Amino acid sequence: MPLPNPLQAIFTLIVCWLALGGAGLLFPRNLAWVGRVLFPLGAAVAAAIAVCAWFALALPPATATLPVGLPGLPVHLRLDALSAFFLVLIGTASAGVSLYSAGYFRAGEGAAPGLMCLQYHVFLAAMAMLVLTDDAFSFMVAWETMSLASYFLVTTQHRVPEIRSAGFLYLLIASIGALALVLCFGVLQGGTWQFTFDAMRGATLSPVWASVAFALALFGFGAKAGLLPLHVWLPEAHPAAPSPVSALMSGVMLKTAVYGCLRITLDILHVPQWGWGVAVLALGALTGLFGAIFAAVQTDMKRLLAYSSIENIGLIFTGLGLTLLFRALGANTLAALALAGTLYHCINHAQFKSLLFLATGSVLHATGHRNLGRLGGLIHRMPWVAAFALLGTLAMAGLPPLNGFVSEWLLLQAYLFTPTLPPGMINMLVPLGAAAFALTVALAAYVLVKFYGVIFLGRPREATLDHAHDAGWLERCGLAWLGIACIALGLFPAPMLHALDRVNGLLLGSGLGADAATWWAVVPSSAQRAAYSPLAFFGGIALAVLAVFVLVRLIYHGRVRRGDPWNCGGLPQTARMQDTAEGFGQPIRRIFGPVFRIRRQTPSPFDAAPRYALELSDRFWDWIYDPVARAVKAVAARIGVLQRGSIALYLLYSFVTLLVLLAFVL
Amino acid sequence: MRAQDLLLGIFQALLSIAAAPLLLGWVNQCRAWLQNRRGAGVLQPYRVLRKLMHKDAVIAHNASPLFRASPYVQFGAMCLAAAIIPVVSVTAPLAAAADVIALVGLFALARVAIALAGMDIGTAFGSLGARREMMVGFLSEPALLMVFFTASLICGSTLLPVIAGTLAGRAPILYPSLAFAGVAFTMVLLAENARIPIDNPATHLELTMIHEAMALEYSARHMALVEWTSALKLMNFMAIGLALFVPWGLTAATAGPGGLVVGIAATALKLAVAGAGLALIETASAKLRIFRAPEFLATAFLFAVLGLLVHQLLGS
Repeated sequence: MPLPNPLQAIFTLIVCWLALGGAGLLFPRNLAWVGRVLFPLGAAVAAAIAVCAWFALALPPATATLPVGLPGLPVHLRLDALSAFFLVLIGTASAGVSLYSAGYFRAGEGAAPGLMCLQYHVFLAAMAMLVLTDDAFSFMVAWETMSLASYFLVTTQHRVPEIRSAGFLYLLIASIGALALVLCFGVLQGGTWQFTFDAMRGATLSPVWASVAFALALFGFGAKAGLLPLHVWLPEAHPAAPSPVSALMSGVMLKTAVYGCLRITLDILHVPQWGWGVAVLALGALTGLFGAIFAAVQTDMKRLLAYSSIENIGLIFTGLGLTLLFRALGANTLAALALAGTLYHCINHAQFKSLLFLATGSVLHATGHRNLGRLGGLIHRMPWVAAFALLGTLAMAGLPPLNGFVSEWLLLQAYLFTPTLPPGMINMLVPLGAAAFALTVALAAYVLVKFYGVIFLGRPREATLDHAHDAGWLERCGLAWLGIACIALGLFPAPMLHALDRVNGLLLGSGLGADAATWWAVVPSSAQRAAYSPLAFFGGIALAVLAVFVLVRLIYHGRVRRGDPWNCGGLPQTARMQDTAEGFGQPIRRIFGPVFRIRRQTPSPFDAAPRYALELSDRFWDWIYDPVARAVKAVAARIGVLQRGSIALYLLYSFVTLLVLLAFVL
Repeated sequence: MRAQDLLLGIFQALLSIAAAPLLLGWVNQCRAWLQNRRGAGVLQPYRVLRKLMHKDAVIAHNASPLFRASPYVQFGAMCLAAAIIPVVSVTAPLAAAADVIALVGLFALARVAIALAGMDIGTAFGSLGARREMMVGFLSEPALLMVFFTASLICGSTLLPVIAGTLAGRAPILYPSLAFAGVAFTMVLLAENARIPIDNPATHLELTMIHEAMALEYSARHMALVEWTSALKLMNFMAIGLALFVPWGLTAATAGPGGLVVGIAATALKLAVAGAGLALIETASAKLRIFRAPEFLATAFLFAVLGLLVHQLLGS
């Protein structure tokens, strides 16, 4: 029996997602139907997509044409290694998120659950279609569907004014980005007026036009990914959205922008110019550092994670920049190393960031607080969530032997192999990039200790936290799925690296080779040069810990007493004496002071009711957004003069316009 | 990998673990001499450990399992580091498990473990210490990475034994880039090990302390492990410094038992000199205010990056 072709299978599964979404409308208010039936089914579909895509990675590209679309431009689909990899990413992460969502939805929160189910599955289907499309038209349709579906999901609780304005900002930046993409495809077709990606691959562009197309693509995809200075929507939209939606947007949707960048720069435009690589590298490094610094001073747990996503996107784009740079200079093996690191970080981020966003969802449900200053000590009340969040935290901090470290290790190796490159200036640039990368990664650990420590450790800062309860079993399953992915990707990187070599082969024409990763170690070039063995690493620590534990047991008498914490002989300690989120971020605020716009209100000695207030904000609002908004308002006021409300006048405008146009024709 | 190499590696790690308190005792003894005191003797850290092992552990009511697990994780991480770093011999069987980048990750793991433990009880001092420790960490970690990058670019490898072996095999010439890296590394060593310009290892209950603030809630066996870990961390950092900047005298894989004795003697001598040097630095300098620590560490980071750029510029 011939096996079904993976492209067909995946397409069918995507249609299944849409059907599940539609089924939500049958009983829109029935939580059991939507939560216990549809969402678990959606998770199964997601897992099936991931499995199909995993097998498709090894197969040659498959194409198909659907008999729908514009006249002369039906929908083209193509499943190659790159899209298969991103389908694996979408499938694995969304399976965990769907499983979690099954237990997450509560009655009376925002829109009807059935409606959410529809929007959620349309969102997933749009993302999966996006990576399958092979022509500009259907790409843009999928892209806009994705943006709109996520907009509706963000504004689920549309009665809250902040959420409405966050949604508006998101939609605005998404639209501007989409506009840039449309222009980019306009340039890419290069006068052939053929809008399939195949035709675009064949079109010849002069270097200048190629750079224009690249810049437009970087702008368009950067707006979705959250590159500086288009990042402002992330910290607004992520806290506004329900937690599973934040998880999907941050973990998965941002990666579709990375996919788009790769598709255009390395596939459609074939050979990049080295200047592009430098630009992306610089932009990525700045974005990463900026995100990490801002994450360190946040007091809202979801805003903190949103800034941390900006940081990770920065790291991913530095990897992309390195790939472009090496590819342009003809160092294909190095480019393969950098690309493998980049894509590995994409899939890692999808797992651990989704995990952490879901954990904040559980905390939010259990306590009703998003502000770190009102949490604390939850490890006692919510041990399961605390355990999985610890896993995600350690993975995201880039600590071995979890998955975040593998990709960082690969990228740092790519930086280290550089000095064989011809132009001298790049040899000086790359170490600076490596320095920024190392600083960002180290700062991430700071951010995550703050995140975990303030939420889960210490003592509860509010009396109400005593009633917090752990997540339900479906939610735990979702968390466990993502947690296991973090461990598996960390301890067994070889299968994923071999799969990534297919993508390398597709995009760069060469890869790391089969010897680069064995089941127990990663060896990108030779064993004398660099090696990392997660299993031996983990085994070493585990063995040492076990040996020490047994030895201490043998020596020590085992008496343990419980007592009050030592209070330095002073007054009794209260939970309010613990470090707050503001306090924990204080060193960063001090060191990177000029980066922030700080408004501080300090009490005077004579105040009857002394009050200290501190507000930190993003300077990009001052530099870019506020001036643009003011300019738009000013122009609108001028143009508003035309609008008089009199029909006769409007008819006159039409008449004059017609006359002017006629003058052109004649 | 030969069984002989594995044994050598385990022997080396055990040697480090056993000798770490001795090194700390020696540094303290030297410091006492430099301050015109008699000192407690080089074996004092062992006495402290023995005393702690006999006491009853007192744990705060609201301590979580993480609090009790943390000392074991820290100690385990440092043991693995000791097995990776070439101390007496360039043969390190576990070297393939972790190169210098993973080594930095290992130190970060230990740091995060103690910082989280510091926040677990929910006292003012614990979280203050955790915050400061992470601040020092995020500045010193990239500097350490840059130092390693310089060395690995010179030797074309990120594996510490290979780096040490390559440098030991060359004539003892001064690499300008390594000189910059050496200064940066010394500064990082002082900061990471809670030594004087950044932290004062000899005081308790001072508002400026970092490491001790996090460990305040520990007692008995846990405290013993925390103390031993910090001694072992100092030992590991010293060994890294010796491997990078004065690698001569490390025995090769094939040297046999005689070579091993030479290697141990050479390392002991170098460690004694380095320990005395550390005591001298600590005696001669004053502790910085905590707000000046970022400047100190930023200087270290800049030196390290400068070393890397000098290497790229001069090719040496």
